[in-house]
Amino acid sequence: MDPLSWLDILGRLFVQLLPVWVALVALFAVSITFKRRLGLYGKLFDSTVGMIGFALVMFWVFAALFANMILTHDPLAQFSGMRNAAPGLPLRDPAGGYDYFLLGGDALARDVFSRMVVGAREVLRIAPFAAMISFMIGISLGLPAGYIGGKLDTGLTFIANLVLAFPVILLFFLLVAPEIQDTPIPRAMAGILFLMPVLFFTVLLNARFFTQPPKRNLYVGAVLVIGLWAYSGLAFNADPLGIWGMSPNLLNVFVAVVFVNAPTVFRIVRGITLDIKTRDYVSAAQTRGEGPWYIMLWEILPNARGPLIVDFCLRIGYTTILLGTLGFFGLGVAPESPDWGSTINQGRRLLTVYPHAALAPAFALMSLVLGLNLLADGLREESLKD
Amino acid sequence: MLFFLARRIGVMLVTAFCLTFVVFYLTNIPAKLETLAKTQAGSRISDAEVASWLDRNGYNQPMLVRYGEWLGVARGWTHAADDGAQSGRCYILSGTTEPGAAPARCGLIQGYWGNSTRFRAPVSEVIGARLGATGMLMLWVLIVMVPMALVVGVLAGMREGSRTDRTLSTFAIASTATPEYVSGVVFIALLASSTVGLSPLLVSWGWIEGPVLFQGNARSALDNITFWNFALPVMTVALYGMGYVARITRASMTEVMTQQYVRTARLKGVSFPNIVLRHALRNALIAPFTVIMLQIPWLLNGVVIVEVLFSYPGFGWTLFEAAANNDIELLLAASVVAVLVVLITQLISDIGYVYLNPRIRVT
Repeated sequence: MDPLSWLDILGRLFVQLLPVWVALVALFAVSITFKRRLGLYGKLFDSTVGMIGFALVMFWVFAALFANMILTHDPLAQFSGMRNAAPGLPLRDPAGGYDYFLLGGDALARDVFSRMVVGAREVLRIAPFAAMISFMIGISLGLPAGYIGGKLDTGLTFIANLVLAFPVILLFFLLVAPEIQDTPIPRAMAGILFLMPVLFFTVLLNARFFTQPPKRNLYVGAVLVIGLWAYSGLAFNADPLGIWGMSPNLLNVFVAVVFVNAPTVFRIVRGITLDIKTRDYVSAAQTRGEGPWYIMLWEILPNARGPLIVDFCLRIGYTTILLGTLGFFGLGVAPESPDWGSTINQGRRLLTVYPHAALAPAFALMSLVLGLNLLADGLREESLKD
Repeated sequence: MLFFLARRIGVMLVTAFCLTFVVFYLTNIPAKLETLAKTQAGSRISDAEVASWLDRNGYNQPMLVRYGEWLGVARGWTHAADDGAQSGRCYILSGTTEPGAAPARCGLIQGYWGNSTRFRAPVSEVIGARLGATGMLMLWVLIVMVPMALVVGVLAGMREGSRTDRTLSTFAIASTATPEYVSGVVFIALLASSTVGLSPLLVSWGWIEGPVLFQGNARSALDNITFWNFALPVMTVALYGMGYVARITRASMTEVMTQQYVRTARLKGVSFPNIVLRHALRNALIAPFTVIMLQIPWLLNGVVIVEVLFSYPGFGWTLFEAAANNDIELLLAASVVAVLVVLITQLISDIGYVYLNPRIRVT
């Protein structure tokens, strides 16, 4: 068989990604039809920039979801004669599988296209989750720092500045290393950092429902049971049922990324809180005799949601970049891992001769982050309109 | 102003103190010391030999004592051998074995930075030489980045919502979405590869003599910086940092353009270029100044990535090598330098902000 031309490759890529196109079209059709009833999400479809960003992000989300249908080959398998194969080269012996390496092969004769698609799954499994935990930590500490102020504020701000004064890359070199994984440091940090979301939801629900004890007991009880169950599994790998769990590698990376992101979120939330706490509705709540946590979580937080949602999108993008950096330096990733950062790192050795192995994940990473940034920009524009 | 300055410097010193201790703690955890013993005394030594090596070299004291020694506030450890020769931290560092010949304290404060195991040279020499190389890179990055970012930001912000604004804003967003390891890889593939991209095309047209247009390896820039070996690393770092500064400049510029005094100037009939250059620009540049200063520590990230990618042996490359080879003393020293750079730029940006912005008065 002859190698494919570039037009053929594009056509075949299009066909291979068919599940993604179908899902994207369906999502956009439904969203645009009902956009007037969908709040801020619906308004996103009034802005071209926002729509492009959302489409890019959802492309990768769907690619990660349907990875099993999209893959042409096993991302870890090596195929004879396909080392550094050019894009569109046919396999010598497909053995019933797909006939071509659509985007070529890497230095270990693995399919670049399949690795890129599976890499999306690796990134999207960690980045949004890490950004979410960072946000809960930043919110749980930033609200009281801004609202209560005083010594608490001084102390927390000092600690946040301490972390922010570290160059990120240095922190990664120090925190994400095989030697560190053998010490209790990552577990201890995970123990503190992962406790925050549980505390956040407990306080959140307790502040709202403590006047109705039956309801409160139900909600807080459910949060505590599920939260502590997940907590024991994720932070200490001690889940009795074995559903929640993280490998030491992953935990190390996760903790480092959350640790880097949380202080920035803290500063943003603190700044917004300082601004909002002078508003009339906060004074009204204080006069009603509401408790401080109710005011922080149910008066201030909902009114701060605009900038926070925008920053959340940006933060997922930044986390993706950070994960790529970790992969690029080979920190905390498994040797065979198909994540984009380490694929770029492996591809750069032969970059001047066979650039396709590094370029595919590079463009993938760029398009995802670009999508998230455009989405944030669209959301900012639309939320400023009202 | 003096009180403000004194307080800022005080906080800075406390921060530096905390950070150096954290770095010291993380680089001196037992597992890393064990690795060090094995690389220094042979990889197949037994656990007992590791323990005795650590003991002989003063590594088994409490962490705080060793931190004090390293800082130079505590006395260095000493160890008398059976034949009367004296050994100890300060004896090794000053290269003598004669009892009483070495100073009692030898740490960072006294100027003893230790020896690098990776480069087999005093750390101060290694860091000094590399910092010069990185300084050159940073200088060119700032020369390229700052004017470009300001021009893009001002052009985008002077007519909010126009087509120029939309195009330039999208460009700025795209540049913040392209981390250094992506743009560097794309640049190399496009401009510095002899088989793909632009270079083979130019060679076949006979426009360039060498096999490639730009050099993908910047090591030669150490002796002789030319456009062809230094442009790619500089562009790679500058591109990622540029978008952010441009967006801040744009936001600041749009705000200034809606001010009363700009409207007054327009109603007086001042031409548009004159309004931008003489009325708006100065006020719009206060915010970007702070951001540019705060961007310098951020550029440090990019510098590490770019120096590794283009094998340019500067400070970032040294940091990477030290971390990869468990070179404890070098990593410690590099961390101290990095942390100091961050803290000092923060201080300058605080002072500069107060100085530039007459609306802020510090008492």
